[in-house]
Amino acid sequence: MKKAASLLVLAIMLVAFSGLASAQTELSLWYHGAGNETERSILLGIIDDFNALQSDYAVVLEEFPQESYNSSIVAAALAGDLPDIIDVDGPVMPGWAWAGYMVPLNLSEGALDDFLPGAIGTWNGDVYSVGLWDAAVALLALESTLDAHGIRVPTLDAPWTGEEFDDILEQLQATGDYEYALDLGMAWTGEWYPYAFSPLLQSFGGDMIDRDTYLSAEGVLNGDEAVAFGEWWQSLFERGLAAGTSQDGADRETCFIDQTCAVQWNGNWAGLGALEAHGDDLLFLPAPDFGAGSTIGAASWQFGISSASENPEGASAFIEFAIQDEYLAAFSDGIGLIPATSSAAAISEYYSEGGPLEVFYGLSNEQALVRPVTPGYATMALIFEKALADIANGADVLDTLDAAVDEIDQDIEDNGGYGFEM
Amino acid sequence: MNTMSFETRQNLLTGLRYALLILIAAIFIFPILFMVMSSLKPDLQLLRDSASLRAFLPVGDISLDNYADAFERVPMLQFAFNSVFTTAVSVGASLWLNSMAAFSFAFLKWRGKTIVLSLIIATFIVPFEVIAIPLLLVVNNLPWIGAGGIEIGWLNTYHVQIIPFIADSLGIFLFYQYFRDLPEELIEAARIDGASIWQIYARIIMPIAGPILATVAILKFLVMWNAYIWPLMTIRSEELRPIMVGLQYFFQLNTAWGEIMAYLSVVTIPVLIFYLALQRAFIESIATSGIKG
Repeated sequence: MKKAASLLVLAIMLVAFSGLASAQTELSLWYHGAGNETERSILLGIIDDFNALQSDYAVVLEEFPQESYNSSIVAAALAGDLPDIIDVDGPVMPGWAWAGYMVPLNLSEGALDDFLPGAIGTWNGDVYSVGLWDAAVALLALESTLDAHGIRVPTLDAPWTGEEFDDILEQLQATGDYEYALDLGMAWTGEWYPYAFSPLLQSFGGDMIDRDTYLSAEGVLNGDEAVAFGEWWQSLFERGLAAGTSQDGADRETCFIDQTCAVQWNGNWAGLGALEAHGDDLLFLPAPDFGAGSTIGAASWQFGISSASENPEGASAFIEFAIQDEYLAAFSDGIGLIPATSSAAAISEYYSEGGPLEVFYGLSNEQALVRPVTPGYATMALIFEKALADIANGADVLDTLDAAVDEIDQDIEDNGGYGFEM
Repeated sequence: MNTMSFETRQNLLTGLRYALLILIAAIFIFPILFMVMSSLKPDLQLLRDSASLRAFLPVGDISLDNYADAFERVPMLQFAFNSVFTTAVSVGASLWLNSMAAFSFAFLKWRGKTIVLSLIIATFIVPFEVIAIPLLLVVNNLPWIGAGGIEIGWLNTYHVQIIPFIADSLGIFLFYQYFRDLPEELIEAARIDGASIWQIYARIIMPIAGPILATVAILKFLVMWNAYIWPLMTIRSEELRPIMVGLQYFFQLNTAWGEIMAYLSVVTIPVLIFYLALQRAFIESIATSGIKG
């Protein structure tokens, strides 16, 4: 009798728990990392933890390939079929927020206090997205190369000046040891151009758009500073210091490892491969300062909430759960990207004190500037890319920049200012 | 005067002809050779070899590791099944439906036939990208009888990858062109013998339509096997994705080039097998109908 009663209690408990489990409201999460097993397992770990530690929501993951993720989101938005939680590339977020695909996050006060600025996606005064990591770009060079040619190692506080950097490139090219002194990664078309090269323009004092109004590129993309940048940029290729737009993608991947280029402008995601090839001899150096400070790009993939979500509070709860240091560090250890907080960096394998990629956290924290925060960025980025490629191929600098400004301004006008007051 | 004998000249011409043919064949074969050889090499070696003839040779650190890694990264068997299933059903249904439509245009008399045929042929000039978004909105509002009764919306299903592609203006046109050239007496004789329209279609026309069936099947197979944009727009679940979308899985921050080549090698095999199986009829169809591939 006692045994039967115990079994009955057990059965009731099982039914109660299963009822609890099935009572969880499902939250769909779309992620761009299909094909990356490491990201998948870390993200599934976070989801499992979240689903197990509370009883209100159950997050369900759908993965998409990164290259086509944005198309899938736009198609889903058209079909009214967006998930609850989406991940979004930082510079794309304002466009999706403006288009009404996303709603602001509702995180606890102070939840983002320690976050790298580039990992927080803000639009129109609201936080729409937050990243578990950021990415950064640095100059890769070998200490032995710099020592051999009497070149000082730049630091965050004392980066190479523009003139110094130019002299170094000339000096290295003159050795005849390298096909090119500098590898900019011209073979990587697309987002790499605005992400990697607009900071160089900003360091000259120019920009892709006037960030005070976000209504025109006049004077910033074709002002004196921008023209100075354009002339320097063009001269890199005219003087044969860097491979131009016809660079073979294979050369981009191998030139620094094979040392057919002396200095490479590359992202932290390439850091581990370069470390494997060159070990302790490898240096990650800050961007040169061309007069207006050293700048690098910022903002990588981030989580946000779709406007179609019927449970935005649940989606916010998941995102807040996911941005705990242990998960930020897990992603960093798994895929080598920069943890979004200093406390996560401190417990990460690569970015903790003495870690092989530690310098990138400092670069991201000190030098990062997000790409223009406007829905017009997508068009602007394409125009900027074309202008830089044209200038590299010998087009007149001022004419090209003027034409780019006209195109950008026209696009902004055609779209009613993209939400900015005209 | 030192003149070349006729035989020597003929041999020289033959040699030149073969050299030219070999050159043309090489242009088509070398990309495939590059793909297969690259699939056997580690990424760094693959990239280093790509600028030399080594790219076409199985030299250096050769292994099948890329194949193993590609299978691990992508649920290739699931994707292959999805592609085989959607392609096979689409090709089968397309051959049946489009041949019947063409039969109607070629042999039946009904009002407005010429206008309808002209309209169908006119849709040739509309690229799929133009109708993709309207089509998405349409299929998203269509009903379907599923396990849970009538459901609205076809997104994330097998049938959304199949049904919109069954009726095909190119297929109808190719069948029509072929049927139109068949001798009228064939149909007359069957009618005199008392055959119905269905019998004429099934027992007289289709048995002699082998070459055009092969042509339409190959063209439809290629379209369906290479489907990319439409599945991206309509499929959410990995379990339903076709094989071409899987290719995107390899483009990460650090692209796995060797795995991409391995994946492409595997993906290309069914296309080659399908073409080789039907090539005789396909070539015959091109020769008789003047269709350019």
